[in-house]
Amino acid sequence: MNEKKSVQARESGETQPARGAGSALLPPVDIYEDATGITLKADLPGVSRERLSVQVDQDTLVVEGEAAIEMPADMEALYADLRTTQFRRSFTLSHELQADQIEAQMQDGVLTLRVPKRAELQPRKIQINVG
Amino acid sequence: MWGYLRSFDSDLLSQLEGMRQDMDALFGGRPAPSGIRSVASGTYPAINVGASPSRVDVYVFAAGVDPKSLEISIQQNLLTIAGERKDALPDDIQLYRRERFSGGFRRVITLPEDVDPDKVQADYRDGVLHLTVERREEVKPRRIEVK
Repeated sequence: MNEKKSVQARESGETQPARGAGSALLPPVDIYEDATGITLKADLPGVSRERLSVQVDQDTLVVEGEAAIEMPADMEALYADLRTTQFRRSFTLSHELQADQIEAQMQDGVLTLRVPKRAELQPRKIQINVG
Repeated sequence: MWGYLRSFDSDLLSQLEGMRQDMDALFGGRPAPSGIRSVASGTYPAINVGASPSRVDVYVFAAGVDPKSLEISIQQNLLTIAGERKDALPDDIQLYRRERFSGGFRRVITLPEDVDPDKVQADYRDGVLHLTVERREEVKPRRIEVK
């Protein structure tokens, strides 16, 4: 598994803030790989399916979302750990990954993305026939 | 809602910093104190608190938590939220990033003093725990007697 370093999803969005109006939050992620593909999990609390966007542009994967939070109109902020409701993070994919086959699942504010590897690049198990 | 706080961060930060330094100079040059129960940024779960005249809203950004595992208690105006996020990784993987929190957590926050601990509602949706705490109706202006 060690020679698969090239597969590692590198980040490209970390340094530049997203768009003009204020910067978006970088959601924390877990990324791991097994024989058939890469799994990415991201914490996007408050983001519903409708407000989530997962896009692949050439080899860049962009995850964006907006937390929808129900608030009374006359509310004033007393304390805030999160100062924006925009989430955004992007990653560079590599060519052995099938970007058009990405599966996304959203549950309780956790996004799970499954990026499969091309079948011909998956390790093959060699059967040993004992005579 | 939280946008104006953010604008302090970016645009006005240097101005505020200047003001704060002036005030610090005035009051003895010590750095501004932070809340005694505040935590380092990035701590899981993040919490926002907002107040309106009739109630206090607490938003706990706890993605991926089983709501049944959450323990919420309120003692006068001290709110405690404890829970656990179990998120075991599968075996036989190559791990590249492990940024998401895993394990138990407990956070304590101070609410305004006029909240009514008997009138709390909690619901969990899309990874956000939303608590609403009613404020006492009969909040009378306090009269201070000079003895």
